[in-house]
Amino acid sequence: MSGPLLQVENLHVEFATEHGQVPAVRGVSFDIQPGQTVALVGESGSGKSVTALSVLKLLPYPAASHPKGRILFGGQDLLHSDDRTIRGVRGNAISMIFQEPMSSLNPLHTVERQVSEALILHRGMRRAAARARTIELLTEVGIPDPVSRLDDFPHQLSGGQRQRVMIAMALANEPQLLIADEPTTALDVTIQAQILELLVSLQKKRGMAILFITHDLHIVRRMAEITHVMTEGKIVESGPTETVFANPQHAYTRKLLAAEPKGEPPATSDAEPIVAADKLRVWFPIKRGLFRRTVGHIKAVDDVEISIRRGETLGVVGESGSGKTTLGRALLRLVHSEGRIVYLGRDIERLSWAAMRPLRKDLQIVFQDPFGSLSPRMSIAEIIAEGLAVHAPELSPVERDAKVVRALSEVGLDPEARFRYPHEFSGGQRQRIAIARAMVLEPKFVVLDEPTSALDMSVQAQVVDLLRELQRRHGLTYLFISHDLRVVRALANQLMVMRNGKVVEHGPAAQIFAAPQSDYTRALMAAAFAVEAVPSAEVAQ
Amino acid sequence: MHATLTGFRSPLLTFAPADQARSAPLLSPINQRRLKVFNANRRGVWSLWIFLVLFILTMFAELIANDRPLVVSYKGETLFPVVISYPESKFGGFLAETIYRDPFIADEINANGWMVWPPIRYSFGTVDESLSGPAPSKPSWLQTIEERCAAYPAGVADPSCTIGNFHWLGTDDQGRDVLARLIYGFRISVLFGLVLTVLSSIIGIGAGALQGYLGGWVDLIAQRVIEVWSSVPSLYLLLIISSIIAPSFWVLLGILLLFSWTALVGIVRAEFLRARNFEYVAAARALGVSNFKIMIGHLLPNAMVATLTFMPFILAGSVTTLTALDFLGFGLPVGSPSLGELLAQGKDNLSAWWLGITGFFTVSLILTLLVFIGEGVRDAFDPRKTFAGTRS
Repeated sequence: MSGPLLQVENLHVEFATEHGQVPAVRGVSFDIQPGQTVALVGESGSGKSVTALSVLKLLPYPAASHPKGRILFGGQDLLHSDDRTIRGVRGNAISMIFQEPMSSLNPLHTVERQVSEALILHRGMRRAAARARTIELLTEVGIPDPVSRLDDFPHQLSGGQRQRVMIAMALANEPQLLIADEPTTALDVTIQAQILELLVSLQKKRGMAILFITHDLHIVRRMAEITHVMTEGKIVESGPTETVFANPQHAYTRKLLAAEPKGEPPATSDAEPIVAADKLRVWFPIKRGLFRRTVGHIKAVDDVEISIRRGETLGVVGESGSGKTTLGRALLRLVHSEGRIVYLGRDIERLSWAAMRPLRKDLQIVFQDPFGSLSPRMSIAEIIAEGLAVHAPELSPVERDAKVVRALSEVGLDPEARFRYPHEFSGGQRQRIAIARAMVLEPKFVVLDEPTSALDMSVQAQVVDLLRELQRRHGLTYLFISHDLRVVRALANQLMVMRNGKVVEHGPAAQIFAAPQSDYTRALMAAAFAVEAVPSAEVAQ
Repeated sequence: MHATLTGFRSPLLTFAPADQARSAPLLSPINQRRLKVFNANRRGVWSLWIFLVLFILTMFAELIANDRPLVVSYKGETLFPVVISYPESKFGGFLAETIYRDPFIADEINANGWMVWPPIRYSFGTVDESLSGPAPSKPSWLQTIEERCAAYPAGVADPSCTIGNFHWLGTDDQGRDVLARLIYGFRISVLFGLVLTVLSSIIGIGAGALQGYLGGWVDLIAQRVIEVWSSVPSLYLLLIISSIIAPSFWVLLGILLLFSWTALVGIVRAEFLRARNFEYVAAARALGVSNFKIMIGHLLPNAMVATLTFMPFILAGSVTTLTALDFLGFGLPVGSPSLGELLAQGKDNLSAWWLGITGFFTVSLILTLLVFIGEGVRDAFDPRKTFAGTRS
């Protein structure tokens, strides 16, 4: 075959809103050669996903429109073809995998039905033939014992397995082009590495082209031959990946490349422990049968010993399901736990909810999802002042307002923001508001539950800087929960690696990063820093 | 994408000096914005004004349509018959209550002073004894002056032959003025609807909130009770009860309340169930906020949009139910002004077209206005809509 497989020429996309036409993509052009991997990189809102969805006309029409542009695939203009033609292309010559494997699979269909649907639809295969082909595909994407998995529903699979099923569905009709829209963003680093490895090997075997959409530069570097950097609906820089990384021309590309969480964690201190726990357990009972007998326990946190000195940051890392979030909540007595919890020399594990209340001023938490952790119907001032009403009811409205203003300036937001609602802010700004809500109470110990995971790279770096600055200024103690080792390295001086509720490794961060002791930690680090899968049984599938 | 397009861009990590805390304005900016969005919905604003004017006017129904004068000056004494009942002996008669429309009393007062009548000289129960033809009679402006005043002793020359004795919308089959009954009927329907809506909302939201927040057995049992309760055929029960107990305004209200409170429970419960697992509720718990305050401050506002969306329909439904019961003759006591009774008369007297048309027009007007107002209020409480409204 000669000539490019897919040509996008001067693509424009607009969305009709109540404020008129809002442009999302403004004149994007690029080519994909057969068998090539092309990456579109950019932060949220850059128009990269909208570009990818335009190829298969999957945008919400008629709200979305294409005032200009062509998308040529095999000499056919996809952008101006009718629904029938497009349906013939979708899932056939071009197929797509999405970010969220849980919501992209129909929860009421079995694995067999999901995968064979495309086969029956486009190839007119019979059931038995489709079933055989489905088993082949599942084997190809690395699902162990595929025959026994055919009748499983999506909720019975792990996140990585769901994504593998998605890929099997996409591959069903041997597409020439696979569009992967952030396929690994929702996955743990170790699984991300496995999925990427799978995509690379499949591509080699089948010679298909991949259009890879991501915000993660490390993935781009590993996967793509050609990189296009997008911002504000335009491609600002294109070229072979190595060239773009080695010699970035555009200021935005340089900013993206520089947006690594940097800086040094606080020095190790020998102050007294501010929070400690011994034999901490959070077990959720599994109840079965008519009389709801307890038949076993899910051990979310299992005999964990922890001790954090004043002014230090303890980083807790682990894959999803390792119990790190539950550990953070148990320390603040937000979930029921067993075992000793000591705060400033005082046992707090038996205190009632009311007796805990005065302590909550000192023990604060910042949550992962900045969209979910702020009440959409309260103004920023109300959100931040809420804790003040509980812990400092003697303040006059003017004093309270002054505290809110100070907290907002401290996290780098305009104090005028306090009259607005959360939905008017971007993810990074919302996370600053959530931090301000915790900081306004002048806490001593803050649990940071994945505060940067939902944010863009450059915003992540800013939030990390902000957290370190606040720690330095107020002598705060952090428990920093994250699956992202790069962020943890920039913030934590003590490190704890968790797996299945148990502590795998624990010690000074520098020491563990330099010489990890356990296989599991080594696998995590390989996946995080080199985006490589470790061929071992250590990590989850 | 929406957030980044519209989100405000602050210089990141610049530590602005804390500015002086300002004194709060009369309305918080948030409420100002809500008001602005409501005002942007022209249909809702117009409906609200029309409804308010009608509502306030009919609140003073006694001063607009009454069979007693507003002010009487009799032998140098100023009397207010609208407010105070005077015995007829005061004017030389013998009845316990003065009938001011009686020509004898009117002549007596006019000879010794003066009196000021309201614009319509009939109350809802006043039977016009001087109708020229059989009741129901046509609107007065469709009759010639001779026809209209034929029944007065002095005919056209009679002092009673004035515009105050006009039947603007005709009379019903008992010779009562339709417009006067309409004014009183509107008032009683709207008041009934409002009281019923407020009471059933309070009970419904409370029950829904408790079920949603507590969950578990409380929720399970309460849901089953509500299911059984709402499958009781309420209209038949209403008919049976109202044939045993003499129906009055409050008795009817109580009976309807027994069944109408379940309307809101479902949506409020669903909102609470959904919202109690949100991270911002966990954040509030981490701040030490009490359960009650979390319910009021975090969960209730979530349920408010759903509640407000339903409220105009509950209000409209209450008005309709009362009208339906009156139409069937099981509603308010006999003689009360009611829209349902007017409609029933319209059905019985098809040739008296003014009865049916008036009733139909009034009921549809009330329902239309309420729904339009409800729409506007709902939009104003929606934060997304709020934002859209301030930009345009």
